[in-house]
Amino acid sequence: MSGTLIVAEHLRGRLRDVTRELVTAAQDFPRPVCVAVIAADPGPLAAEADLRGVDEIVSVRTGGDEFENDVYRYALEALLGQRKPDLVLTGFTVNSMGYAPAVAAKLGLGFASDVFAASLEDGSVIARRAFYGSKVHADVELPARGPVILMLRPTVWAPAEPGGGAAQSELSVEAKPSRARHLSFVEGPQTDVDITSAEFLLSIGRGIGDKENIDRFVRLAAKMGATLSVSRPIVDAGWMPSARQVGQSGKTVKPKVYLAFGISGAVQHLAGMKGSGTIIAINTDPEAAIFAVAHYGAVVDLFAVADELEKLP
Amino acid sequence: MKAVVCVKQVAVLGDEVEFRDDERDVDPDYLERALNEWDVVAVEEALRITEAGGGDAGATGADEESEVVVVTVGDQEADEALRRCLAMGAHRAIRVTADGVETADPLTVARLLAAVVAREDPGLVLCGVQSSDAVQAATGVMLAGLLGMACVAVVTKVSYEQAAGRATVHRELEGGLIDVVEVETPAVLTIQTGINEPRYATLRAIKQARLKEIEVVEPDSPAPGAYRVRRMFAPEKGAGAEMLADSAATVAARIAEIVRARLS
Repeated sequence: MSGTLIVAEHLRGRLRDVTRELVTAAQDFPRPVCVAVIAADPGPLAAEADLRGVDEIVSVRTGGDEFENDVYRYALEALLGQRKPDLVLTGFTVNSMGYAPAVAAKLGLGFASDVFAASLEDGSVIARRAFYGSKVHADVELPARGPVILMLRPTVWAPAEPGGGAAQSELSVEAKPSRARHLSFVEGPQTDVDITSAEFLLSIGRGIGDKENIDRFVRLAAKMGATLSVSRPIVDAGWMPSARQVGQSGKTVKPKVYLAFGISGAVQHLAGMKGSGTIIAINTDPEAAIFAVAHYGAVVDLFAVADELEKLP
Repeated sequence: MKAVVCVKQVAVLGDEVEFRDDERDVDPDYLERALNEWDVVAVEEALRITEAGGGDAGATGADEESEVVVVTVGDQEADEALRRCLAMGAHRAIRVTADGVETADPLTVARLLAAVVAREDPGLVLCGVQSSDAVQAATGVMLAGLLGMACVAVVTKVSYEQAAGRATVHRELEGGLIDVVEVETPAVLTIQTGINEPRYATLRAIKQARLKEIEVVEPDSPAPGAYRVRRMFAPEKGAGAEMLADSAATVAARIAEIVRARLS
């Protein structure tokens, strides 16, 4: 039993960034570092996955191009049986959420998700993750017996650089059709607003309380020369279109200024905006997670601040 | 058509936090309880599917066997979550007794759910994508793994064709891209917020739910979990966050100043 196995993620023929991040994270764990590429045509993806710090790339040929959870499930089970890694790394992504927990449950493996730091201590993996709305952190200890699966939070580790020279191999897995089959992709609605190109975003979240309050922030954004963006609850409530949503299921933004009203800072939201130049957060909860990434914060009634901003020349 | 919905009475931490003496969890005095937001939409979705007659063509309403069963793992306080689901319209409620589920590892919880879900033998199992207190996004898919069921995670639309034994669902990927997936049923679907607008329970339904019986199941002795919390702690404060003075006028003036400086 040895080494660290990474399950590569890809979409429409391209390796996803999270795979490069997993390679960086794997450098703290037992070698060899092996990347599994599960695809109909693994060749080009295997070439992309040949990153610095990768010892081996194992290609698993499948029937379909796009992700299907049972296909990944069978492939990971075969890889665990044949390669016997100590540790499996996947991204904490929508695709991996569909199969990695199922494999861990079926085989009774150690498992932790949304992990943002991990280390090895006396042969046991220690993973750090958050609880209670990211207000507290915890170190969790994975069982020493058998392999463990960690799902790592995206955008925490730096992406590995291109390398070259990893050994290439193939593993054939018995072709069993997935009970969940990919039919097609549907793009999100196209609109004329592009929050990803804005220099100044005024962003509103659940804290604005009511649909009736949207208008005043639309006006405030216009007055301040900002583009209005929103967090997920505003889109879920149907108050604003998803084209304005910042976060993992929305857009990743890097404006010069990100001014957040009433956004507590769910992990998925922070992933979408933490690269902003200057982050200013206004929230009545002094423990709101957004203050951990903000450059400036204020614990004050957001409507009072909006009032004052409206009054400014 | 029977649907089982797995729900959690989550713990919500307020402005202050103290830890238990063993440092493995938050002192329960600092936690409030609530039905997990993702589970509310999962219950709503199950009600809509069964009310539509399981999606069969030609069906005009709920058939006689239509049933939504809610299941939770938790202590007696978790009954409140089940009663809210009953008030929304769920037909039956089951609680598997366990303490400390807020931070329990997802495999332990999934095993406790699996025995009850297998007994109920539903056509669909709906779970919230994640719980707000632990954010594992794993329990539902683990349940599928234990039961050998098909599953789809992070679902934003469900069209269930009971007679055909399948559902066509939307799976929401990063960046908002939708993956349209056909899944064989029975299946576990983990439901994402935004899929529907959950109904409010009427006062009458809330009163009636208080009188309904909740089946309590004692679990078998637990198998080793997927992890153990070693230490819980308050995260270090963000190094950068400079807190602005707390009068709204001063805060606004400082914001205007910062914005001007950064955009110039």
